Amino acid sequence: MSTPREGLSLSGASTSSPARRDHGVRRAGRLRREDLAWRWGGRIASWLPILGLVLALIVLAIKAWPAVIVNGAGFLSRSQWLPGNTYGSVVHTHGVAHPVGSSYGAWPLIAGTLETSLIALIIAVPIAIGTALALTELLPGWLARPLGFFVEILAGVPSVVIGLWGVLEIGPFLAHHVYPLVANNVPNVGPFRYLKGPVGYGEGLLTSGLILGLMIVPIIASTTRDLFLQVPALPKEGAEALGLTSAEVARRVTVPWVRAGIIGATVLGLGRALGETMAVAMISGSVLGQVSPTLYGTMTTIAATIVSQLDSAATDGTGFAISTLAEAGLILAVIAVLVNLAARAIISRGSRLAAPVGRG
Amino acid sequence: MSHVDQSYPSTSRRRVKALLFRWSTLLALALVVAPATWLVVGVVVRAVPHWQWNVLTTLSQGTSGGLENAIVGTLVLMAGVALIAGSIGVLTGIHLAELTRSRRGGMGARLAIDVLAGFPSIVLGYVGYVALCVGLHWGFSLLAALLILSLMVVPFIAKSTESALRQVPTNYREGAEALGMSQGYALRRVVLRSALPGIVTGLLIALSVAGGETAPLLYTAGATNNLPTFSLLHQPVAYLTYYVWTDYNQPTDSAHYVSYDAALILVVLVLTMLISARIIVARTQRHAERSR
Repeated sequence: MSTPREGLSLSGASTSSPARRDHGVRRAGRLRREDLAWRWGGRIASWLPILGLVLALIVLAIKAWPAVIVNGAGFLSRSQWLPGNTYGSVVHTHGVAHPVGSSYGAWPLIAGTLETSLIALIIAVPIAIGTALALTELLPGWLARPLGFFVEILAGVPSVVIGLWGVLEIGPFLAHHVYPLVANNVPNVGPFRYLKGPVGYGEGLLTSGLILGLMIVPIIASTTRDLFLQVPALPKEGAEALGLTSAEVARRVTVPWVRAGIIGATVLGLGRALGETMAVAMISGSVLGQVSPTLYGTMTTIAATIVSQLDSAATDGTGFAISTLAEAGLILAVIAVLVNLAARAIISRGSRLAAPVGRG
Repeated sequence: MSHVDQSYPSTSRRRVKALLFRWSTLLALALVVAPATWLVVGVVVRAVPHWQWNVLTTLSQGTSGGLENAIVGTLVLMAGVALIAGSIGVLTGIHLAELTRSRRGGMGARLAIDVLAGFPSIVLGYVGYVALCVGLHWGFSLLAALLILSLMVVPFIAKSTESALRQVPTNYREGAEALGMSQGYALRRVVLRSALPGIVTGLLIALSVAGGETAPLLYTAGATNNLPTFSLLHQPVAYLTYYVWTDYNQPTDSAHYVSYDAALILVVLVLTMLISARIIVARTQRHAERSR
């Protein structure tokens, strides 16, 4: 602690005893071997994620294939989710065995995934940018640093705990105190119609979207805050010297300076919202088979469906239910991966983080 | 307005806007901090009134009893992930930062890492269930859970290792080379030591993610009320998130307590790891500033 150099451990190498330094010369043969060990270790290790990913994709594709054949393109547009009679007779379509009466459509799941993520983005982006501005431009360091850490911590809370809080505390609170006010007072025109109607018990589309928004705020806010901190002081000071107010400096200098990074962080948050599983499985109401007519209605997403249906899908002796879940998973993976790659391409110059986004 | 010089557009309105801006950013901050506080307080308030310390030392009976098996199971899973994902991730990070010469080198690994980082964890869990537990007949098992969890957090460990290594000043490497050290020796004695705090921080965050996961574990680790065994295959492993997920909507109070207790222990566990990561970062930053 006392010598500042200890922390960086440069001393271990550059000021080490002569005997240690000779080590490098005398045993040159062994050191070549160490070079090789590092090189091969790194090479092999870096192949393992590739291998794991390729194997996972192959498994997913093989499992999904029978479902792709039978369900056809209608899988994307149909709404019903009927496992059929798993104890009844087995029928064959295009050579694939499945229970009689089974018919699957993923449209409600896809719509639910996109709707909740859209609500989350609408909520999270302005709040995150405002939070980042408050933390960097407004509050003094002694207050901003602990608050910033608190916001970061929120990203680390397990999603099952957030789901528990959502279903026990904030869901009922919203359903009793907030949603009725909104539903009774919005005009019955245009998109506001979706805010009309029975408000339910706090499990459903809007609550899921709000919770997802809360979950992705820390991702967007902490990235945006780090970006704001990188904006050089000179242009901001120059703008202030020209007489711009703090709001104008933020709008015309700070935010435009890192716009690409903010968009990237937003898309990264979107990726997290799309793949989020447990919180949505607990708060959505997990109702299959229909797209919710109002924002308060119960629904489900692709990820929540996989986690809640895999158990019962395993009882389908033909394996067709499992296969259909693979097809749904494939759709989700493709959407999430594309979104995530886009985000990383946008912010590749700035942040190098690779926090797992599709969590549960 | 007409009496105001054109070059000074309505100052009072701009001032009001600035005030509004200031208050709206504070409102945004409050809209994050308030629910986050509510969340943490809510978890504590639900668990603490019924908290009994023997929860830590008694086995679960499903919807009642303690959580010893789940705590030990979660710790075992985290240790296993630290071992598997830690070594693979750190080595991959070293490979990407130090050992690839050309810009094209390591492109496959980089792409795989980026894709994996965006992969929904429930889909990975599905693959683990279908391929490892059923396909390879491993059953619900520690190894299946570890492989899937590791696949999930390797990208984060690799990236944080890479960025920690990239922050090591080039002079260190040049100095080491000038002293006649081989690359491997310099890596071990100079570069890695200097990057160690960053690497450990990344590991801690990755482990806190792994410890809080549910979706990839439900169908790979399975469920059991027993302590984890030392067998890698065919034996399910208990973990804390499972009890939060299965017991919160059971009809009995005892089940609810199990769920709330598990949530509290999880939050404490995760926060401890995140705060230690933060302390490491703060300390090394202080050292770095002083030694300049």
